Amino acid sequence: MVDGRSPIHGGPGLGEPSPSAPVASVSPTRRAWLRFRRNRLGFVSLLVFCVLVLLSLAAELVSNDRPLVVVYQGQAYWPMVKDYPETTFGGDFATPTDYLDPFIQKKLSEPGNWAVFAPNRYGPKTLNYFAKSPNPAPPSADNWLGTDDRGRDLLAQLIYGFRVSVLFALALTFTGVLLGVIAGAIQGFFGGKTDLAFQRFIEIWGSMPELYLLIIFSAVFAPSVALLLVLLSLFGWMGLSDYVRAEFLRNRQMDYVRAARALGVSDWKIIVRHVLPNSLTPVVTFLPFRMSGSILALTSLDFLGLGVPPGTPSLGELLSQGKNNIDAWWISLSTFAVLVVTLLLLTFMSDALRDAVDPRKAQQ
Amino acid sequence: MSLLRVENLNIAFGASRVVQGVNLTLEARQKLALVGESGSGKTVTALSLLGLAEGAQVSGRVLFAGDAGEVDVLQLPPRQLAALRGQEIAMVFQEPMTALNPLFTVGEQIAEVLQLKMGVAARDAMEQAVALLAETGIPEPERRCKAYPHQLSGGQRQRAMIAMALACKPKLLIADEPTTALDVTVRQQILDLLTALQQKMGMAVLLITHDLNLVRRFADRVAVMERGVVVEQGTVAELFANPQHPYTQRLLASRPTRNVVDAVADAPPVVETRELQVRYAVPRSGWRGWFGKDSFVAVRSADLTLRAGQTLGIAGESGSGKTTLALAVLGLQPFGNEVRVLGQAWGAGTDADRALRRQIQVVFQDPFSSLSPRMTVEEIVGEGLSVHEPALPVTARRERVSVALQDVGLTEQQFPGLLQRYPHQFSGGQRQRIAIARALIVQPRVLVLDEPTSALDVTMAQQILELLQRLQAELGLAYLLITHDIGVIRAMAHHVLVMKDGEIVEQGPLQTVLDAPQQAYTRTLLAASE
Repeated sequence: MVDGRSPIHGGPGLGEPSPSAPVASVSPTRRAWLRFRRNRLGFVSLLVFCVLVLLSLAAELVSNDRPLVVVYQGQAYWPMVKDYPETTFGGDFATPTDYLDPFIQKKLSEPGNWAVFAPNRYGPKTLNYFAKSPNPAPPSADNWLGTDDRGRDLLAQLIYGFRVSVLFALALTFTGVLLGVIAGAIQGFFGGKTDLAFQRFIEIWGSMPELYLLIIFSAVFAPSVALLLVLLSLFGWMGLSDYVRAEFLRNRQMDYVRAARALGVSDWKIIVRHVLPNSLTPVVTFLPFRMSGSILALTSLDFLGLGVPPGTPSLGELLSQGKNNIDAWWISLSTFAVLVVTLLLLTFMSDALRDAVDPRKAQQ
Repeated sequence: MSLLRVENLNIAFGASRVVQGVNLTLEARQKLALVGESGSGKTVTALSLLGLAEGAQVSGRVLFAGDAGEVDVLQLPPRQLAALRGQEIAMVFQEPMTALNPLFTVGEQIAEVLQLKMGVAARDAMEQAVALLAETGIPEPERRCKAYPHQLSGGQRQRAMIAMALACKPKLLIADEPTTALDVTVRQQILDLLTALQQKMGMAVLLITHDLNLVRRFADRVAVMERGVVVEQGTVAELFANPQHPYTQRLLASRPTRNVVDAVADAPPVVETRELQVRYAVPRSGWRGWFGKDSFVAVRSADLTLRAGQTLGIAGESGSGKTTLALAVLGLQPFGNEVRVLGQAWGAGTDADRALRRQIQVVFQDPFSSLSPRMTVEEIVGEGLSVHEPALPVTARRERVSVALQDVGLTEQQFPGLLQRYPHQFSGGQRQRIAIARALIVQPRVLVLDEPTSALDVTMAQQILELLQRLQAELGLAYLLITHDIGVIRAMAHHVLVMKDGEIVEQGPLQTVLDAPQQAYTRTLLAASE
């Protein structure tokens, strides 16, 4: 008893653990993150995946047919950001420079001139007109992973294709999660007739033949990544909304929500402050799975020729090339490897994430 | 040779040692009670006796004198351990709803035990299951045998669990809080049943419980556990007459004491209801459900008056409608007829309702679900201010939060960084204090207390009651106290109201109702809590 006012002020009391050691207060989110970090496979996967994504975001610096900087006759040029006519470097025509042209290369390697190239000297659309073997060409010193049947460098295709896939998957995951959470929150929180109506709507919406709609739309509209994103988003939110709805149904009748109602907190604030943060476990758990699902969806549509417009680097299109050129093993093999590594990394991350947000482990 | 000898039992989960050096002996036909508060290691001790403590490092010896002579349960290979379970040592769990498989009928589950363990033929097993159920005193055992767990009441389910545990006539029955999930009037019946069956079958019983007073009438010997250590054991008579260890003394003295200001007869009423009625829609069974729903009356024409600075205790068993009544009074539940808080009715517009919410606040039973796990203490306690005094600057709000926490006995000195902590760092009693602070920060006149202590250990429950008594004296609060525990009513209430099946069966001043009850149901309720 400290102050004698009442035994209640006397300390933590019988049976209650002594809080004498100052504990750094850690939010549940941060504790989940610490648990995630403890899973070595998952954490390393996350790091590797992040490095890969960063590298692909800087793909222009890694794989490009234009040099980063050229110093020609004492003057600096930046071909990566600006087009220069061939005449600049002593060529005959005023067309944009082809830096793979042996003539230009010779000019650039004259004394006093130099150029800094990307490690891989091909862009996603670069055709190697000076290839030594017919296309598709097997891996060589020029094209490290070979070329596809149009003579484009495979490594460049994979780097740019990976970037398109990951960015597309991120965007699709974001829109899907956003729509799913909003729909699930409305159904779960308000329940009753709202829930009933929404559920029937989802049943009707979910029974639409997604693939045929995609085929029809790709015939009507000019194919583009944005159109694909919209179409896939329209159908991609339903699975998640069911989980969010269930969480909301469970959490809205928790005592802390009742207490907030008794305090007069508005519905909107209860959703945002109380129910939503406690209902995000399935959302977080499914994030990497949704990512890999989105990558696969884009790849399969590209494989079928319903995906991104022709000319866009894409893993699915490469797979289809691999199928058509079964002898060119390097196409299918390397594309397959990139897909497997990407999906595997995401799966490892998912497993670690699922363990990290598992409420049973959260107790420990 | 003793039936069971536990020698130097140690149990640890990783680095945390939950049981340390426990020694127990249990003779055949004896009833031993293992008593302790939550977290004292009593349940994990019991589980380890059956080799069921998963993920724990167990050391020591558990010697059980079974049919095959004395064996160390901890050293038994899994196959022999499985043979021992059920056949010689059986267990009854706390929550019969989760311990029974919801997909099978009760009879099927009992028959399965008979078939597996006793090798009874399928046809005979069902008959024996009926006989076993009859033995546990379930009316109409033939019909109950075909019932699924959800079709039985809590007491009946626990009886079915006992029938299942006793199917193989075990030498030792471990009962882990067998009555905690049940209503007070049913608890005594279950204990009486256990006593009768124990004498009839000549088995030993190890009763795990947190309720020392339950033990007094049941056990022969008592062992008291505190934080993984058995601090005292002895016969019931000795231990209750002359407790040696301070912890035992505190447990025995932890019945709530009355320390409240006397009721003022003409205090103004703060909550009044007139013929309050609450209905739920329940689905009709079968195809009739296509065309409409039935309604279930949870509260039927309740009239009550709560006066300023006083406590109205509402007593009743689970399902009697007392929580529904409280939610209706709080305006959180649609109701019929009238509820007036400070003379004003609910539903007079959003702003009026919000102003009224300031006057009546609530504290819930379960301190774990009543605080959002993702908010800091400051956010939780300060929420009421953000609604009712949105203009308050951040520093002033923080100051008010600190004061409110101090009022409930939580200070920055005890808990460094208190405001930025999350609920998971607090024990049940401390969480309940935070919940009280959240309610008090808006300075209400009325506090609805929905079983405020029943999820807490006895010593902590007593501290919370003392806190509530002090707050009432200091702030002149009126309490609407809902509880199934007559002891709490006796310590807190000025007026009492007894509910059964949605109806108020009796109400009046505390002494009148408790000392001279008019209704048979009130008398049953009082007898059960003696």
